Amino acid sequence: MTASLLEAQGLTKWYGDRLGCRDVSFDIREGEVLAIVGESGSGKSTLLSLLSGQPAPTSGSVAYRMRDGSIRDLVSLSEAERRFLFRTDWGFVHQDAAKGLRMGVSAGGNVGERLMAVGARHYGDIRAAAEDWLERVEIDVSRIDEKPTAYSGGMRQRLQIARNLVTAPRLVFMDEPTGGLDVSVQARLLDLLRRLVADMGLAVIVVTHDLAVARLLSDRIMVMRQGRVIEAGLTDRVLDDPREAYTQLLVSSILQP
Amino acid sequence: MTPIDPILRVEDVAKSFTMHLRGGLSIPVVDHVAFEVFAGECVVLGGPSGAGKSSILKMVWGNYGVDRGRIAVAGPEGVVDVATAEPREVLALRRSVMGYVSQFLRVVPRVATLDVVMEPALAQGLDPAEARARAEALLTRLNVPERLWSLPPATFSGGEQQRVNIARGLIADVRLLLLDEPTASLDAANRAAVVELIEAKKAAGTALLGIFHDLDVRDRVATRIVDVTGFATRRDAA
Repeated sequence: MTASLLEAQGLTKWYGDRLGCRDVSFDIREGEVLAIVGESGSGKSTLLSLLSGQPAPTSGSVAYRMRDGSIRDLVSLSEAERRFLFRTDWGFVHQDAAKGLRMGVSAGGNVGERLMAVGARHYGDIRAAAEDWLERVEIDVSRIDEKPTAYSGGMRQRLQIARNLVTAPRLVFMDEPTGGLDVSVQARLLDLLRRLVADMGLAVIVVTHDLAVARLLSDRIMVMRQGRVIEAGLTDRVLDDPREAYTQLLVSSILQP
Repeated sequence: MTPIDPILRVEDVAKSFTMHLRGGLSIPVVDHVAFEVFAGECVVLGGPSGAGKSSILKMVWGNYGVDRGRIAVAGPEGVVDVATAEPREVLALRRSVMGYVSQFLRVVPRVATLDVVMEPALAQGLDPAEARARAEALLTRLNVPERLWSLPPATFSGGEQQRVNIARGLIADVRLLLLDEPTASLDAANRAAVVELIEAKKAAGTALLGIFHDLDVRDRVATRIVDVTGFATRRDAA
């Protein structure tokens, strides 16, 4: 109940002699939102990919509590086991919705496909679940048969979220989920994410360079620079009383996070 | 005879800011801060602006870090030292043990006023119908017109936002309530309503720690005044 869902220990990744990230340790439980912030090249994205077990870290481990309660090191999972987690227990919300959606398939198909991947077969049930999820992400159900290419950026992002959450995952990775969206569209998406995270008790790891997004979504924050976590703690403590020079620079570089 | 333990005990706390972007300049805020707050009393932090009153509240809330010392909060599962607690422990305290009425409402886009107010009660596990009833009662008491309840407070006046903020801060049952100038932008009628609400919290056994610049309000609610100038960092004192 208060056990970690995912626990990273000493995660380090070298690409030849270039450092991806170094000695990163943290854990997350269901219902928690952890933000990883830093500028591009800080190691955020490397870390995010290591957390899902691919590629393998140079050293360190990622322990994950499976649905049956057993703890597994993600690095040691077989490819089939990892795919199963990706299809059922994990969501992955990309900045570019086109990466997380199938652009040639209808909105309903995008949501239904994930359900079918976990064994749903009854067309009526799948359709009903897709309609329900479009409603939950505030997409007009009458547009269920349109392809995402006909959707606005904000709608695509909400569709991507529906596709990810329809299988009731326990852990969702988000990579700059509001990047590239208009400010008003961002606000709507953030509000939606906050509600869904609270309702479903999700564990969320969100990578962002936007400190306002981190403040609105997360409970805890890790600040990365040059592959290392240089400061971590309660989100409002880190943003209102930053200790490290680099965190102070980040916070002072924006208007009122 | 069992001695009664305080809800909040602050011991020898020091706080300074190190400004790395200004060559590591160190700005001392307070030093040797020590006081206690017991159930059913309202302790008011006194002293001029800039003396560190708000910083002390923020340290108790876990929003500011602490250089030295102990901030012991007595929760149902024992005493937690906010100065050294893990983020999760502070979050748990904020959920069920302590509340905070800040000077300004941090508005979440698109969330209706009623939901903004209900949120802390729901987070404590209060039944939604009961939370709603409490929120409506508080908003009515604080003269926030009913037609505004379904709107997000982003466009409200400063005074209206402040009253929404107070309702949000007072809705949950907490042991320790921190108040940072809750009456700053209110008219006399609303100030009086806030004073009554604070008195009700005291009567219910809540420990309150607050900042009130309004002397009239302060005199009415304060059980004791702790003068923060006593915690000044005496760099140039003899």
